[in-house]
Amino acid sequence: MGLLSRLSPAALRILALLAVLAIVILFFASQIEGYLNGRLFNRISSSVAIMALIATGQTLVILTRNIDLSVGSVVGFTAFATGSIITNHPELNPLLLLLYAALVGTSFGIINGLLVAYARVPSIIVTLATMALFRSFLVEYSNAKSITSDSLPTWLTDFPNLPVFSIGTLEFRAGFTASLVVVLLVHLCLTRLRPARALFAVGSNPEAADMAGIDAKRVVFAAFALSGLMAGLAGFMFLARFGNITVVAGLGFELKSVASSVVGGVNIFGGSGSVIGAFLGAILVDLLETSLVRWAVVSEFWREAVLGALILLAVATDTILSRRLAKLRAKKSKETTK
Amino acid sequence: MSRLFSWEGFLFACLVVIFTFNAIAAPDFLGVSNQINLFQLSIEKIILALVMTFVIINAEIDLSVGSMMGLSACTFGYLYQMGLPAPLVILICLFIGIAGGLFNGWFIARLGLPSLVVTLATLIGFRGLARVMLEDRGIGSFPDWFAALGQKGLIGPVPFALIAFVVLFILLYILLERSGFGRKTYVIGSNRDVADFAGIDTARHKIIIFTMSGVAAAFAGLLYAARVGAVRGDVASGFELDVITIVLLGGVSIFGGKGSLVGTLLAILIVLNLRNGMALLSITGHIQTGVIGLLLIASVVIPRIKLSTPRSFKPEVAA
Repeated sequence: MGLLSRLSPAALRILALLAVLAIVILFFASQIEGYLNGRLFNRISSSVAIMALIATGQTLVILTRNIDLSVGSVVGFTAFATGSIITNHPELNPLLLLLYAALVGTSFGIINGLLVAYARVPSIIVTLATMALFRSFLVEYSNAKSITSDSLPTWLTDFPNLPVFSIGTLEFRAGFTASLVVVLLVHLCLTRLRPARALFAVGSNPEAADMAGIDAKRVVFAAFALSGLMAGLAGFMFLARFGNITVVAGLGFELKSVASSVVGGVNIFGGSGSVIGAFLGAILVDLLETSLVRWAVVSEFWREAVLGALILLAVATDTILSRRLAKLRAKKSKETTK
Repeated sequence: MSRLFSWEGFLFACLVVIFTFNAIAAPDFLGVSNQINLFQLSIEKIILALVMTFVIINAEIDLSVGSMMGLSACTFGYLYQMGLPAPLVILICLFIGIAGGLFNGWFIARLGLPSLVVTLATLIGFRGLARVMLEDRGIGSFPDWFAALGQKGLIGPVPFALIAFVVLFILLYILLERSGFGRKTYVIGSNRDVADFAGIDTARHKIIIFTMSGVAAAFAGLLYAARVGAVRGDVASGFELDVITIVLLGGVSIFGGKGSLVGTLLAILIVLNLRNGMALLSITGHIQTGVIGLLLIASVVIPRIKLSTPRSFKPEVAA
């Protein structure tokens, strides 16, 4: 108990998630022959590369007591718009293209941010509406065409699979490494930078944050702009990985990103959570999906049912344990003050 | 006079404009068959919207309704194909709706988990169960009376589903506006702590509401199976967002405690007629949804702007 009470709840959550990840991996390794190999790592890492970025943005928004349901449409639009620019101008500088994707994503985030923070419309309403609206922009913009991978330059389609470094048989590819770097960077900012701490302050108690001199509107606005930026980067990654983009690109990502964050211990009522948690949540969700497909005992169609149960289990355990912990600490501090 | 300036008054004015436009643009619009068709095409969503009004007034949300619809429709197909008699299967499906609603309600009301998270999990989970049953098959060829119930008129040209909608609206209207249950729904929605102190069993009330939502979704799933005549694992996926959009457009506050079934009904009529009008102008599905999204934002922003002028709407409480 000594160790348990010394660790912060946030660190405990991360440890618990790592333990669950390890158990899941060990379980499937005992069930599926040749499960633990470099290919599994590659498969999961290349799909997590996209979801990790979206879940990071989603976490920033959820921290402020809001939700962003429009991310899937932003990913789809950015992937399409970026793909169509590079198709028409194949000589474009890669960095400029990335910048373009970031700008497109951020602009959508800014629209959400303005409506939520300054027009004071509840975020679930705004992003429910912009989810539909941004998707309709995509339909209009695409003009019933789609982007195909053979019209893209090879540097772009090769990029996600470029090996960067490897630990043993685990090969870290450029796509995954890039999003890992982004997640770590955001994590460092969130834990070390004063302006970033305002996200937690606004999420745990808006009135108190206001009295402490924090401009809550600006903080919420920034969270949505950043979520848009992350979705824009994810759109770039989506284009590079899949190459073929239609009007349904990114459909359903909004709920999957919320699921990743929540499984990763981000409190849906704001104020607590970490992007590392959301990242691990995204890995866990993907690991289960990939592994259940290969597990011979049950049909692959079980994966959604299991995923739903997992989310519920994660949140229920988290809530019960943190209530217990809070009670225990309250009791302890009472004893020491006596 | 004040009634005229209410949100319902505004919605009604919008409806009149859209209706007039449609009637002028297309002479067939006012025909009985077009009007019935209008309802019939979205009948499941608008039935769900009625119950969702209770859920949101109660300051909760139910994202799992589309998946419950899918689960019910797929269960119907699966068990019927196994040779069980259709009436028995219908009962089983409704029972699954009750069970799913109780499940949501228990986690939300007794365990105290946020409904957004619980129903997000069951949105994925219920859909998963539907897929486990049907995998990637489709099932069709239901009994003739079942298909006729879904597709043909029951009383004259009016189909069963539309009659069910009207009856359900009247019953739910009485329940919400004229009964203690309805008053409690508003009280719990505006302040759960106060309701608790007033001696209301708020947990039980919430469980009942989620059960209503579950059984309504199961019923809607059966209507879907009857109307379309075939089911697949992805039946009604994404319906939850359309349903919630209608309810919010109808002036129900996402923070609970405010709203009315009349508002929801007007929003239903607006959305149906607007989609019909846009179809007349050959505007396609995704763009239609985009326009309704814009309308949703406007529905919250416009009353706020009116706030700054005197003698306007009652202020909405912001978070």
